[in-house]
Amino acid sequence: MTIQAMTIQAMITRSMTMLDDFLVRAALGGIGLALATGPLGSFVVWRRMAYFGDATSHAAILGVAIALSLHLPVAAGVLTVALAMALVVSTLAAKGWAMDTTLGVMAHAALAFGLVAISFVPGVRGDLQSYLFGDILAVTRADLAFIWGGAAVVLGLLLWRWQALLTATLSEELAHASGINPGRERLVLTIALALVVAVALKVVGALLIAAMLIIPAAAARALSRTPEAMALGAVLVGVVACLLGLQLSLWQDTPAGPSIVTAAAVIFAAAAVWGAFRRL
Amino acid sequence: MMLLSAQKLTVRFGASEVLSGVTMGISAGEIVTVLGPNGSGKSTLLRALLGIVGAVSGTVTRSAGLRIGYVPQRLTMDRAMPMTVRRFLSLPQRVDDAAADTALGRVGLPGLGAQQMAALSGGQFQRVLLARALLVQPHLLILDEPTQGLDQPGEAAFYRLIEEVRRDTGAGVLMVSHDLHVVMAASDRVICLNHHICCEGTPRVVSNAPEYRALFGLGTQGALALYQHAHDHSHDHAPHAPAHHDHSGHDHSGHDHAEHDHAG
Repeated sequence: MTIQAMTIQAMITRSMTMLDDFLVRAALGGIGLALATGPLGSFVVWRRMAYFGDATSHAAILGVAIALSLHLPVAAGVLTVALAMALVVSTLAAKGWAMDTTLGVMAHAALAFGLVAISFVPGVRGDLQSYLFGDILAVTRADLAFIWGGAAVVLGLLLWRWQALLTATLSEELAHASGINPGRERLVLTIALALVVAVALKVVGALLIAAMLIIPAAAARALSRTPEAMALGAVLVGVVACLLGLQLSLWQDTPAGPSIVTAAAVIFAAAAVWGAFRRL
Repeated sequence: MMLLSAQKLTVRFGASEVLSGVTMGISAGEIVTVLGPNGSGKSTLLRALLGIVGAVSGTVTRSAGLRIGYVPQRLTMDRAMPMTVRRFLSLPQRVDDAAADTALGRVGLPGLGAQQMAALSGGQFQRVLLARALLVQPHLLILDEPTQGLDQPGEAAFYRLIEEVRRDTGAGVLMVSHDLHVVMAASDRVICLNHHICCEGTPRVVSNAPEYRALFGLGTQGALALYQHAHDHSHDHAPHAPAHHDHSGHDHSGHDHAEHDHAG
């Protein structure tokens, strides 16, 4: 074995043992999530789909309840219910039912139904908090694989449809005239959203998934000139917020998920102030 | 060559028939304006031709490989999405910088690429939309009330630009408008629409048609005179437009040209 090969072997071994550290796994989980929520969250902001994100992510709790009572993998239940909810909401939206009120009812009803349903599942009460607020410090290697795999699929979808998605977001009419079917692009975003919800549940929990979609993208908005810059900026803000939040959690023993969102919100405020000053 | 045509196109929204049995077409190098009051189905006709709304009966025929440049009626650019003019021109087809610069120069906005779309004035915005439509090198330009929100000089300049584009590229132009005068002056053919086609022909023919005059309530001589003047001004170079109007067809008694020396 050559020296180089031995060095590489050693590096691989070291990085594999690094994964044994819960904090490293937590950071990697958060970074993986930020890669997907940056661009997708930008679309949520551009299309004013904030309630849409809420409804879909709140439906995740119902998915957890169904999966646990049927002894299915939690991720499968979450993905199925989130996808169903996202499809219903997006169909209603396409039919002109996208009133604030309808979406608000859906978002809160989904959460309430989920919480009621989960109370029937024996032995979950203790874990409920982790489903609501995430449990990023308990992310396992298998979770990491799921998070990064899901993020890769979401990123791949968005990159594949990027130009068409942007055009359809800008104007459905322009999209139509260019031979793009806005309904299909909406479906792409709907599927991506359900996937992100499933991926994010472990990291920030059902209550804060929408926050991770909207806050980094909104923070990046103030400092961006193009859609691409905003999407990349949102990834960056998401990554920094994740690392800062974990630090805060470690240092002050605060809950990790809410700490990450807190960090993102502080970055948003700073970016908004900076952006306002730059315009002066 | 017929670029795009509709045969007996009928479109319904719920119970109301927005278009009934519309048959029309547009050829290369022709400027056709669809005129009609608000709610007469003008925009719906364009949207049906573009395939945005479906028809309950009738057909739309496009020539093979037809490239359409479309300028929508209203595009509200949400400030939530940052978008430079340059980036906008590359949606959905990416274009290189040289092509983008040429298109911006063509519409009289050279060097505007770095501007945010949301910061443009109404006139600049419409011109950027036109530049984007031109970048696909269209055989047919479709414009839905393209001068909405422009003042009169801006409107006149916009139509001169359309005329130039037609002259230079030979593209057909299909426009919608509810503005009678300036638009008619810029058209080869006018289609007067009120859910069905009321009348159709050259601007002069249509402006004298009783259906047209009834639709727009044109009892007064003044409005027609205004149109005739506008027609004089901007169509001097168009082959079909007479250099001098033969006014014998209308009742022009008591009409003094000097009184109507309007801008344009």
